[in-house]
Amino acid sequence: MNLLLLMAEFFKTGLFSVGGGLATLPFLYEMSNRHPEWFTHADIADMIAISESTPGAIGINMSTYAGYRAAGIPGGILASLALALPCVIIILIIARFLARFRQNRYVEGAFYGLRPASIAMISAAGLNVARIALVRLDALTSGAGLGEFFIWKALVLAVLIFIGQKKLKWSPVIFIALSAVVGVIFKF
Amino acid sequence: MNTLLDLFLTFVRIGCVTFGGGYAMLPILERELVDKRGWTTLDDLRDYFSIGQCTPGIIALNVSTFIGEKRGGIRGAIAATVGFLTGPVTIILIIAMFLRNFAQLELVQHAFAGIRVCVCVLILQAILRLWKKSVVDPFTLGLYLVVFVLHAFSGLLPVQIPAAVLVILSGLAGVLAANRKNRAAGKGGAAQ
Repeated sequence: MNLLLLMAEFFKTGLFSVGGGLATLPFLYEMSNRHPEWFTHADIADMIAISESTPGAIGINMSTYAGYRAAGIPGGILASLALALPCVIIILIIARFLARFRQNRYVEGAFYGLRPASIAMISAAGLNVARIALVRLDALTSGAGLGEFFIWKALVLAVLIFIGQKKLKWSPVIFIALSAVVGVIFKF
Repeated sequence: MNTLLDLFLTFVRIGCVTFGGGYAMLPILERELVDKRGWTTLDDLRDYFSIGQCTPGIIALNVSTFIGEKRGGIRGAIAATVGFLTGPVTIILIIAMFLRNFAQLELVQHAFAGIRVCVCVLILQAILRLWKKSVVDPFTLGLYLVVFVLHAFSGLLPVQIPAAVLVILSGLAGVLAANRKNRAAGKGGAAQ
């Protein structure tokens, strides 16, 4: 019974959170209010930290974690599948629709506007990561100079990765692994 | 190799390295699906991302489902999506069981500070590659700037516009602008 309730809650979260992993957060806080025995607000804060340091979106990570807390390993797996299910169903429907209406004038027009909007949001996401990874915002308010504002070793690594990707054509996965090693050795 | 197994294993690999939201995934998807396997095109990938932003669920999951469906119908969609979930779910289960203070470990923090730098570069490359075909005229450039400012600096605005609303409005603006362009072209004698 607990498992069914857990799946229903995460199905609902998956259905209503639109536009990326962080959109699941308000639903998670509400869920925690209804079922404090599953996870607390403090658990959510921990989960955000863990989410940033493991693969996968926070919505998936949170469902796995809450499911595990509520009902062990089966709970973790089932809650994650429940979160993904509505999104799979909706995309299946859209995929069929797209295949039939791809050449439609209005669908083409919509994509004409969607494409720049999509890149704009990707840019905003990039800016968000760069704000943590490449600069120290607090250096601005504390009145320290530009030298303090930039995290120089991170900038050097970024340039090296950028050039390396252009020249070497290795998989991005290799660059992610190398960056982790560099981060540990040079204490980023 | 069996198509479903191939889909599943490919997305297990992609799921294990998707840090920093779905966006850093784009260069990895391009490498694995466009360059190496020829399963889809960069144009299609970009459109999947656009759709993923205005449909429920996590963008990375939406893209997995799309590509799975294209390769192997409903069963393909399920194989790709479950594959994508496998890595993250396994890792969180292990952390939940053994490492309650995982994110506070010094080693982990250093490693992920390094990974974040790489994610920045991956996202920048995704933008550079998509730019040419998406921002093609004054209308698309204007739309890019408006959406970027509204989305990136939403914290500073009095009213926050949800991403889904921005996406839907952009789609509508696209339909209107494309219509006007077609009509102008029609008057010039090149009616569709």
